[in-house]
Amino acid sequence: MSTSIVKDLAPGAAPLVVLDGVNKHFGALHVLQDINLEIAQGEVVVLIGPSGSGKSTLCRTINRLETVDSGTITIDGRPLPAEGRELARLRAEVGMVFQSFNLFAHKTVLENVVLGQVKVRKVPRAQAEAKARELLERVGVAAQADKLPAQLSGGQQQRVAIARALAMNPKVMLFDEPTSALDPEMINEVLEVMRNLAADGMTMVVVTHEMGFARSAANRVLFMADGRIVEENTPEAFFTAPRSDRAKDFLSKILHH
Amino acid sequence: MDILFEHGNFALLRDGFLQTVELSALAALLALLLGTLLAAFRVSPVPVLRAFGTVWVTAFRNTPLTLLFLAAVFTLPRLDVRFSPFTFAVLALGFYTAAFVCEVLRSGINTVPLGQAEAARSLGMTFGQTLRLVILPQAAKTVLGPMSSVFIALPRNSAIAGAFSVAELFQAQATLTDLGYPIALIFFWVALPYLTISASVGLLFHYLPQIVAAGGRLVRGLSERGTPVRTETVEANQ
Repeated sequence: MSTSIVKDLAPGAAPLVVLDGVNKHFGALHVLQDINLEIAQGEVVVLIGPSGSGKSTLCRTINRLETVDSGTITIDGRPLPAEGRELARLRAEVGMVFQSFNLFAHKTVLENVVLGQVKVRKVPRAQAEAKARELLERVGVAAQADKLPAQLSGGQQQRVAIARALAMNPKVMLFDEPTSALDPEMINEVLEVMRNLAADGMTMVVVTHEMGFARSAANRVLFMADGRIVEENTPEAFFTAPRSDRAKDFLSKILHH
Repeated sequence: MDILFEHGNFALLRDGFLQTVELSALAALLALLLGTLLAAFRVSPVPVLRAFGTVWVTAFRNTPLTLLFLAAVFTLPRLDVRFSPFTFAVLALGFYTAAFVCEVLRSGINTVPLGQAEAARSLGMTFGQTLRLVILPQAAKTVLGPMSSVFIALPRNSAIAGAFSVAELFQAQATLTDLGYPIALIFFWVALPYLTISASVGLLFHYLPQIVAAGGRLVRGLSERGTPVRTETVEANQ
């Protein structure tokens, strides 16, 4: 594909994120069933699947916003600690972008990007502000720095949210349906930022329904259904020749509507 | 007007007024600190702390304040806990009001969308930082009205201390009654100071947003004027 920005991964490097035998229940519902997954440094993994398949839950377990019932999750060789300061430290290294942006409503755009650096990373304020402005410039919302989140469009808010996560210098970025709450004309400005991020070598886990993004930016597509990873492949192979019936059924519904 | 200016009545009422103000202020401070701590307990991820908060609120919010005073003044000394009547009154009133402060704060915390806490946690903030930097500042706006009701009620509740050997306003009333003054006059001169205190608290809460905003501007103004070095650092980094 001519628009593809997928880069080659260094072979043989130790995986950055490892999920081993992960299980989770919501009451009687078995949302994650024996998930085994390795994500390499610099890899872009896209999670797709019907709603309720567990893809958002899987994404949220990686920084322990959801606890797991069994199995282990390791980030850069360290297992996820239980609740507490140790977990907080690890979370700072995992950036998270939410469907509903979740910018701090009482803080300006600039403050949103400064807060974590100053309070969690203990970066001096002047340095944090300089970095925040640089990141806001990078995602194209520098002019909005002194506004409150509510004064921005959805697309702008989501780009600020990406800048806020990047400010922590994360090792991996998680995107939980980052464009699902956006008006159609704003989706591309967010996907563009994400494509640039992928091209710069960021390790990314992206839950999305944007098949165009999956095709152009993903190294690997994971198809989930009923709490399992049913199929995984390169985007090219997955979209042109899905193997499982569930994936064929899913693709026929979303590609020909 | 005679009632005010004979037999040292003015001094009696003045001292009672000051004692009520002091009692209320100390109890309010205790209730605010303790209530905030209890609210943090009640929303914390630690089950033991949550249980402690729940038990505290259930016990102190549902017991008549007079009973709490009774327990403090007559039961605690038997357990060899000995304070002055004034200290017992501050504790009883503070512990009681803390339960209400806790519940007002907790309801305010519940109005802040869950996503705000998730965003803070995913940035690596601890539970305390999340609460202090993200949740409570946003809860403050919704909390202000109900919180003012709690702190307007406090000085009026403090009258019970008068029945337990604290020489505050309500006890001044008892003294004046014993001296045989007309009840309507006594009522007027005792109710007026209570009204003054409660109305002042109400006004304070009414103008609190402006006061806080002005304070914030002052702090920002000082820090901007005080650190010209900082702007140079910013430029150097760019």
